[in-house]
Amino acid sequence: MSQPSEPTQTDSYRPQGHYDAAEAPIQQPKLGFVGYLRFFWRQLTSMRTALFLLLLLAIAAIPGSLVPQVSSDPNGVIQYKANNPELAPILDKLQVFTTYSSVWFSAIYLLLFVSLIGCVIPRTKHHFDALRARPPKTPARLQRLEGFTTRSAAGDPATAVETARALLKRAGYRTEVYDDSVSAERGYLRETGNLVFHTALIGVLVAVGIGGGFGYTGQRVVVEGYAMTNTLASYDSFNPGRFFTDSALVPYSIAVDSFVPTYETTNIAAFGQPIDYVANVRTTLRGGDPQDATIKVNEPLHIGDTQVYLLGNGYAPVLTIKDPDGNIVFSQPTACLPQDANLTSNCIIKLPDGLAEQVGMIGFFYPSAVPLADGTLMSNFPDTINPVISLNMYTGDLGLDNGVGSNAYALSLDNLTQIAGAASATPAIKLSPGESADLPDGLGTIEFTSVPRFVSLDVHHDPAQTWVLLFAVLVVAGLVTSLFIPRRRVWVKVASSADGVLELEYAGLARGDDPGLDAAVAELADRHLDQLAPKVEP
Amino acid sequence: MTDTLVTYSNIAVYSAMAIYALAFIMFTLDLSRRAAAPAAVPARVEAVASGSTAVLVEPPLVDDAPTKSPRYLRAAMALTILAWALHVAAAVLRGVAAGRVPWANMFEFTLTATAIIVGVFLVVQFWQDLRFVGAFVSGFVLIALGIAATNFYVDVVPLPPALQSAWLVIHVFVASLGTGFFALGAALSIVQLLQARRAAGKAAGLRFLDTLPAAEKLENMAYRMIVVGFVLWTFTLIAGAIWAERAWGRYWGWDTKEVWTFIIWTIFAGYIHARATRGWRGSRSATLAIIGFTAVVFNFTIVNLFFKGLHAYSGL
Ligand code: HEM
Repeated sequence: MSQPSEPTQTDSYRPQGHYDAAEAPIQQPKLGFVGYLRFFWRQLTSMRTALFLLLLLAIAAIPGSLVPQVSSDPNGVIQYKANNPELAPILDKLQVFTTYSSVWFSAIYLLLFVSLIGCVIPRTKHHFDALRARPPKTPARLQRLEGFTTRSAAGDPATAVETARALLKRAGYRTEVYDDSVSAERGYLRETGNLVFHTALIGVLVAVGIGGGFGYTGQRVVVEGYAMTNTLASYDSFNPGRFFTDSALVPYSIAVDSFVPTYETTNIAAFGQPIDYVANVRTTLRGGDPQDATIKVNEPLHIGDTQVYLLGNGYAPVLTIKDPDGNIVFSQPTACLPQDANLTSNCIIKLPDGLAEQVGMIGFFYPSAVPLADGTLMSNFPDTINPVISLNMYTGDLGLDNGVGSNAYALSLDNLTQIAGAASATPAIKLSPGESADLPDGLGTIEFTSVPRFVSLDVHHDPAQTWVLLFAVLVVAGLVTSLFIPRRRVWVKVASSADGVLELEYAGLARGDDPGLDAAVAELADRHLDQLAPKVEP
Repeated sequence: MTDTLVTYSNIAVYSAMAIYALAFIMFTLDLSRRAAAPAAVPARVEAVASGSTAVLVEPPLVDDAPTKSPRYLRAAMALTILAWALHVAAAVLRGVAAGRVPWANMFEFTLTATAIIVGVFLVVQFWQDLRFVGAFVSGFVLIALGIAATNFYVDVVPLPPALQSAWLVIHVFVASLGTGFFALGAALSIVQLLQARRAAGKAAGLRFLDTLPAAEKLENMAYRMIVVGFVLWTFTLIAGAIWAERAWGRYWGWDTKEVWTFIIWTIFAGYIHARATRGWRGSRSATLAIIGFTAVVFNFTIVNLFFKGLHAYSGL
């Protein structure tokens, strides 16, 4: 390195392997446990290790983007396993389906952050000392430094030194006079910014961890006219953090009065594309007075330390089924899973009791049904222009009694016989709202009563979210400070020659990337000269 | 009305492409002229050897070479500016036609992001003469526009609810701006690698390199571009997280696009560290810069088109 040799007492502490740090001799670990520990620690906190771990982290993040993840795409994982029966068990063993919480991914980022902490602490300590230290002694020869330039002027040395010092002070330098020279340094903020940046990264990680540990998320499908409450029993699915306790659930309820979608109808290229979704709700917090509110995509509802998001919607046809005596055995909305952009939806209904046999139904709901050439239906618009439900019916054993929890959105056909649909004597039952039909085998009647919509609400509680944001802002602030504030030293040296003329020397030294240094030194020289010998207008 | 504007916008895109093609040819002719011209200055090996803190020898700029005025270069720059004006007009017309920012699907992202890349290239000239990467920039933008116009084209459609947010404006714009700086950084790093090979005597024949700055100077220029890009990218990452929190109910979910944005961020953090690590300055860190930009392009094309995730906004 061609670093000019000069006093370094105010240099920033540089980790081992930093290009700016003294080359440490190859160190053999001293014998003994402590010796090894110290050796290992020094390796872990070196620049090379930090670089290696950063690049390793980038590589380790790749597999999780190639293979579906349990956290973001659970159905994709099931499908992937079905499609790749050979590979899937291996990937499963390697925790590739949960890459970002896997042992190996966690190990990399935890090591990186241990390295980061080990790096930041000594630097911070050193930086505090440096802030109180004086700028270093002026090097004996300035010629070899950057932006070296000379001027000459008349006057006495003491004034020249004092003027230079005042100029540098005004420009934000910390100055120190050594004999007939000024030593000045600025840009401590650069190192401060760097330390803030790295420390804030630790802050982000810790805040994310705390938020995940104490927070929870819950999902719930709510049909228009119904309500959900913020209680464990009310959720369709619930994911608590590791340190979650029931007391984190603030009691409230959200009643969905209506869900109003808007679809594009004028632009043919986007016909039927959703333009807006609005859920009109009434909320009650801790048994207080109900309040009206709306939830939209991009505009979650804030209530009781949670955010409530509108993440999905669809149709929930209400079917009323009666036994042959006219007793209602089933009358409720069934949330149907949307299958395509025009909301053709898949409905599963299970009737274990009430009729002579157990009955299961697989239905397709078409909000805007149009017949295809082969007699089947499709939907050509997501709103209810011509709503039709078509139901295949089965009797037999629904498999609900064996104590195994079953998926409400799937029907196992293993022990069922079709009684209405293409594979049986009776065709599928097709109904529009208000219509009814007889069930096959004299089982009873079915009526398509109405077709409300449902919304799926996601409830999130993350107590540390604001902290994450705060640290993220500090990350950016620290970064900008450390990357764009130049850290530099400047020296001005005054020597008087025999004939009373002052020989002035100026030079600088960059600490890190500093494209403007030469210009800054030249400008300093010119302004200094101006002050020493004010130009006289001719 | 919308249709007319879209038609004008498309005409402007194709005209811009034609002119970028001419500019590319001129930039290339300029490079070959440099190869033909007697080396105006000796190889500046001394600059390569200088220390980490100083660029002691300012290499003379091409224009100083008295032998030939860089006629091709000036023509190339003029053509680039003209093409860029049309390019910006195309993006603006598209935005007016749609009644929103022109970056809501793959075609529009590409249209706007490439305009920003060229914009960064042009604006940076005021501050540093980077015209010698003009062939890279015009060639890259030409290919990107060509692919967008033929493969990504979609009609103007309204925004789906998830995209209706001020964050669309901020997040995507800043990401494109960052991409522009990364692109220039990568271009400079490529020249730097060539220059380093040449200095090591391994790349004889590329005589135009004689007229370009030395490897270390290129490295410093690339670093400055990438550092700006990195700050913008960091902001993109955070803005994306804030938006994801509003739209999808969580600020970070390792969605494929999030993963790749993170990977790119980490690669460039690695680049910045590499620049500060003994043994990693020079060609090694330049390689990281090129890998980083490749990841940006990958994120924008392959991840958008073939990876499954929540960012399904390509419109294709
Ligand atoms: C989570 C991991 C890390 C990330 C994302 C990261 C990122 C960065 C970034 C973006 C910079 C440039 C901005 C600035 O100067 O503030 C930087 C600089 C720096 N980092 Fe890190 N860093 C990480 C870990 C570490 C570790 C473990 C060390 C210690 C070995 C370290 C030491 C440094 C040093 C010394 C600099 C200044 C470089 C220079 O002198 O130009 N970093 N880091």
